[in-house]
Amino acid sequence: MPFMPVKFNLQKRVKLAQGLWMIYWLSVIVGILLFSLGIFFKIELRKRSEMMDNNESHLVPNLLILVGLLACGVNAFGGKVCHDSLDPIKFAKWKPMLKPFLLLCCGFNALLLLTALLCFLMQFAVYLTLAEGLKNSIKFYKDTDTPGRCFMKRTLDLTQIEFRCCGNNNFRDWFEVQWISNRYLDMSNDLVKDRVLSNVEGKYLMDSVPFSCCNPGSPRPCIQHHLTNNSAHYDYDHRIEELNIWTRGCREALFSYFSSMMTSIGVLIIATIILESVDMAGLKYLTTALETMEDPENPECESDGWLLEKGVKETFGDLLAKLKTLGKTNQVVEGGDAPEAAN
Amino acid sequence: MVVMKMKFPFEKRVKLAQGLWLLSWCATVAGAFTFSLGCILKTELRRRAEVMDNSDVHVVPNTLMIVGLASLGINYFASKVCQDALDAGRFPRWKKMLKPYFAVSCFFTVLMLLAVIMSYAMKGSLESSLKVGLRNGIRFYKDTDTPGRCFQKQNIDRLQMEFQCCGNTDFKDWFEFQWISNRYLDFSSKEVKDRIKSNVDGRYLVDGVPFSCCNPSSPRPCIQSQLTNDSAHYNYEYQTEELNIYLRGCREALVNYYMGLMNTIGAGVLSVFLLQASVLVSLRFLQTAMEAVEGNENTEIETEGYLLEKSVKETVMEYINPVMKFLMLKNQVEEGTPGNPEIPTDVNVKPGLF
Repeated sequence: MPFMPVKFNLQKRVKLAQGLWMIYWLSVIVGILLFSLGIFFKIELRKRSEMMDNNESHLVPNLLILVGLLACGVNAFGGKVCHDSLDPIKFAKWKPMLKPFLLLCCGFNALLLLTALLCFLMQFAVYLTLAEGLKNSIKFYKDTDTPGRCFMKRTLDLTQIEFRCCGNNNFRDWFEVQWISNRYLDMSNDLVKDRVLSNVEGKYLMDSVPFSCCNPGSPRPCIQHHLTNNSAHYDYDHRIEELNIWTRGCREALFSYFSSMMTSIGVLIIATIILESVDMAGLKYLTTALETMEDPENPECESDGWLLEKGVKETFGDLLAKLKTLGKTNQVVEGGDAPEAAN
Repeated sequence: MVVMKMKFPFEKRVKLAQGLWLLSWCATVAGAFTFSLGCILKTELRRRAEVMDNSDVHVVPNTLMIVGLASLGINYFASKVCQDALDAGRFPRWKKMLKPYFAVSCFFTVLMLLAVIMSYAMKGSLESSLKVGLRNGIRFYKDTDTPGRCFQKQNIDRLQMEFQCCGNTDFKDWFEFQWISNRYLDFSSKEVKDRIKSNVDGRYLVDGVPFSCCNPSSPRPCIQSQLTNDSAHYNYEYQTEELNIYLRGCREALVNYYMGLMNTIGAGVLSVFLLQASVLVSLRFLQTAMEAVEGNENTEIETEGYLLEKSVKETVMEYINPVMKFLMLKNQVEEGTPGNPEIPTDVNVKPGLF
């Protein structure tokens, strides 16, 4: 009892072959899209790697690149098979490869599913890496003379300007680190000495933020220094002031950027899985329709196409039985080899 | 006196028609490309319209868009003509339309070349427009409560950060205008009162710049205020400090950006112009070669093709005479022209004067 049988005459077979050919080429384009998205994602991660402490995981973009290339290859082969399917001579050379090809497509779909899952799950890893990386970036902001960290200030300033954010959780993170290098502090000045001495670790802490935290949309010129001191500025109340500096933290801003990217890539992969399944079903129908032609010489005869030769349960039963016999064959071979290995 | 005569045997005519068909489709795509280049340039100019005083420079993208659309039509017509060219029965119906067609297409092709020349020539107009626009931008920076100027501050700040520039000519322009609004100045403070009294116009001028002038590449935290006072900051020398704020003026930055864009577009449009001109020349040769075949029973004879039947001067007069007659200018030239609307009277005050 075949699973989902459909009757095919010549026109239907030709239409199926043509439609399937077009869908295969559409899948190739989707494969190219996945490949380019993988490259784009990899470049974005490299651009922001300083914010992530240089130990971000490149698993997802690498998988995307691999999957994109595989998709192109698999679908191009499928398109070629469809193109040759209506010519019995050409089709005969593809016939033996079809069963392993369909198994390969199944495996490929499983890989796509895994990639989609990773896209959704790796967002947590990105969040944690960002938290750690930004904390260190703020700590090393002042070290513009230390090799390896010279450009941390520039990168963090440009990130805060581009993503419209300030600090890690919020702007108060800047109050907890010394972000002005000692080279630019006048240690002979009493104010500076007092402040340094009043701190347990001898750090020069202030309630100020760098200029990159400033919001251009504020109606007044940016107030960077003495942020918590209302009397230091005319007509200023730090509790109700919202437009002066960016209130959002950079971790949240960067995470929402990467998370939206990864979510949309995940959705695209799920759409690709559906497209690939449609491809596989179409190819199975086409090959079975061509194989069951009663009279191969007469192309106009009718034939049957199906998805599975027996029902779903029976096919799975057969598969399990095959796997079991495969295991048993190995054991028999091992039993035979063991005395030889012992010698 | 025929201009550029060439012999066309039958195979050559066939090859010419086929090559022209392909060339005209390429030129159609090139016309669409020109239109999109015009759109891109116009969008880029509109984005920074707040810092431009006048929109004279918009004539370049407008011309490009018109020429792009016209060239789509011209080349589509050319492909239709050459499809019918080798069929002696279908070719004669195009005959009447070809003379005005050539006039119109030559006009638009010359217009394309003019657009390219204008894109290089408009530099001065763009610069003077930006000079006035940026000056006003800096002047109205503080007016965030005045309707119509609320977003001037935001625009100037974003502009300075994006183009990595400060002020109009350079950062010292900020020293000449009051860019801190009176709403945020404490008039009871002695320091503020002194500064205002010492200024002739009663303005609060500082030797400081807004935060958007700060250069992120500087190794030290940004110094925005008291820029000329070395003793106000530790280890700071005004004359030698280069990385603290952007030294380039926004006018120079914007002019460089737009000239770079227009140069690239100009190079592209120049190649489209050459393509278009070759389409017109090939079509002319095909037309004259096919006209000689007409009437003959044997369509495979060798014919001659030429560019112009008479000399250049005579052909130009031949085209202009009907136009002049239509405008009734030729007749009135002897009577003494009453106010020819074609001649422009220069009442526009050029911004370069101040």
